[in-house]
Amino acid sequence: MRNLWLFILKYHAFFLFILFETAAILILVNNNNYQQATVLNSANNFFGGVYTSYSNLSDYFSLRSANDSLAFENQQLRNQLDTDMYDNSVVRRTRTDSNLLQQYTYMNAKVVNNTTSYRNNFITLNRGSKHGVKKGMGVIANSGVVGIVKDVSEHFCTVISILHKDTRISAQLSSTKDIGSLIWEGVDSRKATLVFIPNHVEVTVGDKVVTTGFSLFPEGVLIGIVTSSEIKSGESFIDVDVYLSTDFQNLRYVYIVENKLALEQLKLESKLTND
Amino acid sequence: MIKLILINLIRFAFLILFQVLFLKNLSLYSLAVPYLYVLFILLLPLELPAWALFILAFSLGISVDIFSNSLGVHASACVFMAFGRILLLKVFTPKGGYEGETNPSLENMGLRWFFTYTTILVILHHLFLFNIEVFRVNEFFLTLTRALLSSIFTISLIMLSQYLFIQNRSRRV
Repeated sequence: MRNLWLFILKYHAFFLFILFETAAILILVNNNNYQQATVLNSANNFFGGVYTSYSNLSDYFSLRSANDSLAFENQQLRNQLDTDMYDNSVVRRTRTDSNLLQQYTYMNAKVVNNTTSYRNNFITLNRGSKHGVKKGMGVIANSGVVGIVKDVSEHFCTVISILHKDTRISAQLSSTKDIGSLIWEGVDSRKATLVFIPNHVEVTVGDKVVTTGFSLFPEGVLIGIVTSSEIKSGESFIDVDVYLSTDFQNLRYVYIVENKLALEQLKLESKLTND
Repeated sequence: MIKLILINLIRFAFLILFQVLFLKNLSLYSLAVPYLYVLFILLLPLELPAWALFILAFSLGISVDIFSNSLGVHASACVFMAFGRILLLKVFTPKGGYEGETNPSLENMGLRWFFTYTTILVILHHLFLFNIEVFRVNEFFLTLTRALLSSIFTISLIMLSQYLFIQNRSRRV
């Protein structure tokens, strides 16, 4: 027994190393689960607060580009106003149509923290459970899709950006309507890959890649533009290179999308997996 | 003693905030990302007991983790680096120990000693960090490239910071 103690004492650094490393890896593995909610993250009130005060400061440096993008969007929205259009039909169509009910609603949010240079990137937004944000909602910017809400605290939420190794976003080619899955292979924050497009599809360079409307996002939200496609010999799928329309390095203002029918859809679909 | 603790506490807070607020924006083509915060582990006093070193390394890593939503990644890399430091110091320390020098900084130890010490530990930390972050074998060479390029970036920043904050005492460079 005494020898054992002496042995442990002599190599105590090694045993301490094993102890601490195991603790760290355990935390990592428990947290790594894509679905699982975590407490310690930048949605936490203290850490989110640090980021907010920093972003309040750094926002001054990007006021010009933020203004430009907002002005551009205002112009687009203004063009859709009813008051700016004249009616040339005999039968008036009214907006209060009982056939058309709203399925998606949008909430604006400000980016308080954002990274693009790591393998797994996250975004922190200044909207939380107090504003009605729930886990799993989609996030878009005026230029395209941004990501999916992961954790929510009272005033903040964290978003898994497209630039993450586990992101899979259901996407389609806008001309042929073929459905694939969008993944990010790292390194370049403007380049993603659309996988699981069948071999027979003729992909044209410059074609738009948009969302499918199967889950979080409304159908037809822009994701990016096809830059090239490559057939891997012997495989039945093509890898399509996509130039992302969202510039993650200059992301300032985004919209959180709420799908009013998401819960109903999930409830119904969860029955399928039980069989 | 109190001065030593205070200096290290300030360094701890400063390096974390510098890392998560400023350095995260500083990357070269998304290939090389500097992780300057490991300087804290490098500069801890030589006679620090192993348990204290591990606790400090772990809390340093977990703090950076919380800010960057990567719980456990930096913590495990820092603990790994702390163990590397213990082994390395065993090899580096001459018989009879150092004379009264407690801080392994550039001005105390000289350029050659400090550069070798920094290079080995930073490369150990980065290799571990990048591989555990990606955790995929099929991206191995990309990860290796990123880890080595980032190491060069971090080491340059560490050497630079040492020359910036050198005190006007006798220089033994």
